[in-house]
Amino acid sequence: MWQFIKKWFHRFGTPRWFYHTTSRWLPWLALVSIGLLVLGSIWGLGFAPEDARQGNSYRIIYIHVPISVLAMVGYYIMAAAGAVALIWKIKLADMVMVSAAPIGAAFTFLALLTGSIWGKPTWGTYWVWDARITSMLVLLFLYLGVIALNQAFTSRDTAYKACAILSLVGTVNIPIIYKSVDWWYTLHQPATIKLTGASTIHPDMLKPLLVMIVGFYCFYALLLILHTRVEILRRERRSSWVKGLIR
Amino acid sequence: MLAFRHGNDFLNPLLFFVMTTSLVPLAISPAPTQLAIIAPGMIWITALLATLLALDGMFKDDFADGSLFQIILSPQPLWLLVLAKVSAHWLITGLPITLMAPLLGMMLALPQDGYLPLIIGLATGTACFSLIGAVGAALTVSLSKGGVLLSLIVMPLYFPVLIFGASAVQRGVEGLDYLPVLALLGAFFTFALLTGPFAAAAALKVGVNG
Repeated sequence: MWQFIKKWFHRFGTPRWFYHTTSRWLPWLALVSIGLLVLGSIWGLGFAPEDARQGNSYRIIYIHVPISVLAMVGYYIMAAAGAVALIWKIKLADMVMVSAAPIGAAFTFLALLTGSIWGKPTWGTYWVWDARITSMLVLLFLYLGVIALNQAFTSRDTAYKACAILSLVGTVNIPIIYKSVDWWYTLHQPATIKLTGASTIHPDMLKPLLVMIVGFYCFYALLLILHTRVEILRRERRSSWVKGLIR
Repeated sequence: MLAFRHGNDFLNPLLFFVMTTSLVPLAISPAPTQLAIIAPGMIWITALLATLLALDGMFKDDFADGSLFQIILSPQPLWLLVLAKVSAHWLITGLPITLMAPLLGMMLALPQDGYLPLIIGLATGTACFSLIGAVGAALTVSLSKGGVLLSLIVMPLYFPVLIFGASAVQRGVEGLDYLPVLALLGAFFTFALLTGPFAAAAALKVGVNG
């Protein structure tokens, strides 16, 4: 059993295997994610009931919440990939980590942007120094730090290890930053979807939101795979199998 | 101790701290009532920047003359030697800044009740800065233009310390109980002390390879 896992692990860890397998997955993943996003958008924007207090402006929730979730999840994906790369020295994990950083930064930026667009009609201002907004801003800084560190090294071998260590240190710090900022000042509404206990959001509004969250998860996976494939091609451009692809 | 022999390394962060703080009244307003409001935050921000300034040199000189490789190869555990480096860094930046802070507090018209939390907070807070900063300094040790990058990667990690430290002073000024906040800062320091040297040692082994 152990031998099997090890063998599978090593086979899965080769960029070539990843490239060929994901070539088969990509169309399906793209279909599912686009389908879910279109379905969720139409449902959420067209058919979900209007909010009693915020009117139609609340509908940005269907983009804002999934993006914010993925911005945070993305950091942990990046750090987990970094840990795998650091411990087992798997090249593929390093490529995933490097690809996750710009995608995560983009998601974090979009979360801040959609949040501030939503903030104008509801709070009357684009920006407030509220706990969650500030922690998202810190998250953006952490992502940008990893990207900057990655670009600073000439040697790939040092770059990925340095980025992995930095993202792991960041992971340890994120809950502390989150709590400290939370304690510092709170204006943002508390989380409305809870895994345990009743959600404070109406089920008719919740269903399209869940569709959108799942859709964005697929979309994130799609982006990450595409970005990793580009990274694979860039780094393995001298290997025979990549040359074979072009021919 | 070497830092004392090169007087500059020891004096520069301190001078930076004093100078930037003295810019505040010039830029904002010399009125004591206004200064008193911003004093806690301003002293903390300038202290943070001053420590950041000295961070780049923590391992760089040793890297340049090759003794860093000797340190890594030596039989003593690396985290212990990193801890020694961090303590030295704190002694030449954090400690002088802490001792200088009450004087600057007076110049910025900080109310009387703010001094004790300011000193205790800065003493622990600057130690946290040195401990966390060591990881960043170790990662960027081989980069010739690592200074700005080092600030970029380390500063987000400083947020909790700044929040706890500045709010302890703020609470002191407002006559509230500041001990819980200082306790949180102390907890953060303990955590950084327990994990920081190990992370920095790992980072150092990576960083020296350029």
